[in-house]
Amino acid sequence: MALSTSSNFAKPDDAFRAIVEAHRGLSDAQSADLDAALVLVLANHIGDLDVLNEAIVLAKRRMLDDSQQQQQQQQ
Amino acid sequence: MAQTRTQFGYRRHPDQDRAGGNAAEYPVVVVGAGPVGLSLAIDLAQRGQSVVLLDDADRIGEGSRAICFSKRSLEFWDRLGIGQRMVDKGVVWSVGKIFHGASQLYQFNLLPEQGHKRPAFINLQQFYAEAYLVDRVGELAVIDLRWRNKVVGLEQRNDHAVLRVETPDGPYKLHARFVVACDGARSSLRKMVGAEFTGQVFEDQFLIADVKMTAEFPTERWFWFDPPFHAGRSALLHKQPDDIWRIDLQLSRFADPASEKQPENVRPRIARMLGHDKFDFEWISLYKFQCRRMDKFIHGRVIFAGDAAHQVSPFGARGANSGLEDAENIAWKLDRVLRGLSPEALLQSYHTERSAAADENIRESTRSTDFMAPASHQEARLRKAVLSLAKETEFGKRMVNGGRLSVPSVYDSPLSTADHDIWRGGPRPGASMLDAPIAERSGASMFLTEAFIEQGTRFTLLEFGNDAVADTPESLGVIRIGGGDGLVDSSGLAGARYDAEPGTAYLLRPDGYVAARFRHPTRPALDAALARAAGTN
Repeated sequence: MALSTSSNFAKPDDAFRAIVEAHRGLSDAQSADLDAALVLVLANHIGDLDVLNEAIVLAKRRMLDDSQQQQQQQQ
Repeated sequence: MAQTRTQFGYRRHPDQDRAGGNAAEYPVVVVGAGPVGLSLAIDLAQRGQSVVLLDDADRIGEGSRAICFSKRSLEFWDRLGIGQRMVDKGVVWSVGKIFHGASQLYQFNLLPEQGHKRPAFINLQQFYAEAYLVDRVGELAVIDLRWRNKVVGLEQRNDHAVLRVETPDGPYKLHARFVVACDGARSSLRKMVGAEFTGQVFEDQFLIADVKMTAEFPTERWFWFDPPFHAGRSALLHKQPDDIWRIDLQLSRFADPASEKQPENVRPRIARMLGHDKFDFEWISLYKFQCRRMDKFIHGRVIFAGDAAHQVSPFGARGANSGLEDAENIAWKLDRVLRGLSPEALLQSYHTERSAAADENIRESTRSTDFMAPASHQEARLRKAVLSLAKETEFGKRMVNGGRLSVPSVYDSPLSTADHDIWRGGPRPGASMLDAPIAERSGASMFLTEAFIEQGTRFTLLEFGNDAVADTPESLGVIRIGGGDGLVDSSGLAGARYDAEPGTAYLLRPDGYVAARFRHPTRPALDAALARAAGTN
């Protein structure tokens, strides 16, 4: 199974909203705790190491993009 | 330590009187009389090899050190004739419990099924294991154990090595076709061959205290994350023989070793843990550890085994047990090479199989260590999430890592013949044999591991009979189950564990690992598998 990046929710806004609302009122530290637990719960639900690794690569590309942008701004 | 001899005398050997150019020659010299070197010497001796075993000390090391010996190690020691003595003295256990704070998160059973001769683990102080091994060595005339013989020089030649050995009477030289270095984490032979020994260094400090007390705790492995008596860190409690309890406490990275080791500083910690002060210290040791291995386990005529070749963190009982697996792996190969039955190239499979096993042990123990001592805030946060999820989910429990205990590696080996038939279970080629209860035709019960020993721990065919007359090479041992004249699998466990049908056959190596398996073996297929496993193909 490959990581699905097509839109899977009938109402994507509802899904985004649910995550946003889960973080409402939390401190940054509490939010980080919540995310850590959520990632583990979801990773286990997926239950496929290849898919998880693909997801990690896709998510981690953000870090790369961010640092490239910073470098470009510095130039 | 009553009745156990731990101090031995140096004795001058006639080899020391030989002139410089006339050094004595031996097939194998084993350096280091710890559990690995002693076990290796015994295995080689039982296979008919003469062994010189050198040790720089004249006594067995102090402190309990390694305490957990695995089922696989006990099966190896059974073959060496000392398994029962170890088990009789040891504390048998298979259940572990993990606590977080004051409450239990989960428990595990490392051997939940019946029908095995040996338990998942015994706890036994390393000095007992060594003492019993030395006693066994004393029964074998072909082992020449020389205390206070320190190897101080090595010259590699084409077909042998020259060792320079320092003794209280001065130095002498030995020639060895092969040298096996079992001389521990600070191996001097490793330095002599100039090999790197690098890996990951862990900054966290751990305190081991062995305390003597009478207590009613069950004989289980108890592991705590963040216990009330040792806030924010981990702790381990484990029973040993003689009312000794192993306590392992994680300390701060910044703790001062000299002061932490003082009994007056250790005592209050342990008293908080036990809830009382009625104990005496047997041994206190503070340690940091590294996970590392040599790139190559064989350098010219010198073969490295045990801690000399690889080091892991202690969480998982992978140090001494993996060293013993090294010993059983190299013993039969050296024996065959020395007899001229297999080419020296067979020895390379020792490096292939055991360095992969070392990688696996390092990976497992590093993961355990990282879980116990998170390296960053985010790692700590993920661990906190796992521990918290473990309270209400099964997946969380299984992610909690308080040490994954040693199980034998499955070798991806050039000696294995790939499966061609369909298998739904059973040990695959490269895996170690599984024990099972069986009975002789007289009705006397025994175990499969015992039948293997009776066959002489050589290449052995484990057959599930179908009354056909099997055409097997003469050099093979044969264990036949079922059929007209075979052993009886009355419980059906042997058949089930080997996914056996009438005619199924497993080719076992002399170390009890599966080399090949067949639904219906033919003579050419058996010959080919045997040649591959012996390195003669």
